[in-house]
Amino acid sequence: MSENEHANTGYDEWLDAIEDGNAYYLECSNGHGSLPPRRICPECGEIGLEETPLPETGTIDTYTVVHVAAPSFADDAPYTTAIADFGPVRVTAMAPDDVAVGDTVSLTIGESKTNGDRLLLFERR
Amino acid sequence: MTGVRIAGVGLTHFGKHPERTGRDLFAEASASAFADAEVPRDDIEELYYGNFMGELAEHQGHQGPLMAEAAGIRAPATRYESACASSGVAIRQAVKDVRNGEADAILVGGAERMNNLGTAKTTEALAIAADDLYEVRAGITFPGAYALMARAYFEQYGGSREDLAHIAVKNHANAVPNEHAQFQKEIELEQALDAPMIAEPLGLFDACPITDGAAAVVLVSDEYAEEHGLDAPVSVTGTGQGGDRMALQGREYLARSPAAEEAAEEAYADAGIDANDVDVAEVHDCFTIAEVLALEALDFYAPGEGIGAAKRGETTRDGDRPINLSGGLKAKGHPVGATGASQLAEMTRILRGDHPNSDAVPDAKVGVAHNAGGTVASATVHVLEVHK
Ligand SMILES: [Zn+2]
Repeated sequence: MSENEHANTGYDEWLDAIEDGNAYYLECSNGHGSLPPRRICPECGEIGLEETPLPETGTIDTYTVVHVAAPSFADDAPYTTAIADFGPVRVTAMAPDDVAVGDTVSLTIGESKTNGDRLLLFERR
Repeated sequence: MTGVRIAGVGLTHFGKHPERTGRDLFAEASASAFADAEVPRDDIEELYYGNFMGELAEHQGHQGPLMAEAAGIRAPATRYESACASSGVAIRQAVKDVRNGEADAILVGGAERMNNLGTAKTTEALAIAADDLYEVRAGITFPGAYALMARAYFEQYGGSREDLAHIAVKNHANAVPNEHAQFQKEIELEQALDAPMIAEPLGLFDACPITDGAAAVVLVSDEYAEEHGLDAPVSVTGTGQGGDRMALQGREYLARSPAAEEAAEEAYADAGIDANDVDVAEVHDCFTIAEVLALEALDFYAPGEGIGAAKRGETTRDGDRPINLSGGLKAKGHPVGATGASQLAEMTRILRGDHPNSDAVPDAKVGVAHNAGGTVASATVHVLEVHK
């Protein structure tokens, strides 16, 4: 494992939920979406955010193929990272190498080839 | 409210100096600024100093007092950190404090030591300007983040790698006569297009280099300048700062930089000018696409129109409004924490007429410096004018 040994409450549970097929986002009563760990809606400042199921699929907005990686991704490079729009929130994750803008993807959990860390992964649907 | 005058500026050579400490770099830049300013060190009432990754590069925090000591001044000293906009925000604070009468003379600047880390560790260090949980852990590097914006721009507005390559060619050409620049050499369009990929669609020549360097500026009040008969022909007449969500995924726009739009709007209003009044600008081209986003944020071009500016020759040294006559971050170099102050130093020299590229804009009266942090989650814009 990497140096990311300490827990990140909120984020870790969110990864667990995605792994269990229960991906969610946080929603305020005004309908703004955000991702954990978060106590306050960044859009309107409301407190008391509800875990709401993440739409099953999102659409790729943009992507890049990273050739020059940080040491923590040395064995993964070259790899593709993308941002996908799920409606209430966008998510950034690793993606299949032949991904294109507009592709429909779902969010899952993969593993870094470099250090075995969990990471967010888009799968084409 | 008093006006703010630029009494003197100083720069080190920007380049590969892995053996030089941050304190040595800043000492050289400040000594050169004091020599230019003819302001005695004892008159300095504050040091505002920008630095981004000193903990990672030099195992050195608490750099404010360290740098005051290096510069030979006894004054309260504060370090500002806002990623690549670290010294931009330091300048803004200095401008405000001269204006509000807190100080009559302030030393502001920044330094960064990077090459001692090597490329892989520098890549890792620069990435801490992004959201660790949501971006870095998804593999986003600094070039990767700008690559995501470049692709989003192409998708939304059009444009090509060739358009971006023209920006690199332009900025390299501008750097040739600049003795402070990391790359004093021209490049060919084909060379830029054929270079290895760093993060697609950005290649090696779309990216600024890894740079060691420092910059320093002495700012004084109008009253101080007059009392001491200083030759300080350039004023800072406008300051602005804007902010955006930290991670790209949280933003409304992936191909625009609203933080810089806000900063520009505020700085223009502060100076009582608009974009049409600007003769020349230094903008934050950490990647070629970043220059495009800057041109549009500064309202020189509408969104989607800035991409072809270099290709059309509008922003070259012979163009209507030359951009990055210093060579920009692309060719002059990007010692992160020093960049905002170096832009101010370069623009001062351009407007005073003592920059090697001043002859490109002999009648220039109004210049702008645009400094961006990370993927423009923070940004500052400063307006400089030849004192009337
Ligand atoms: Zn809300």
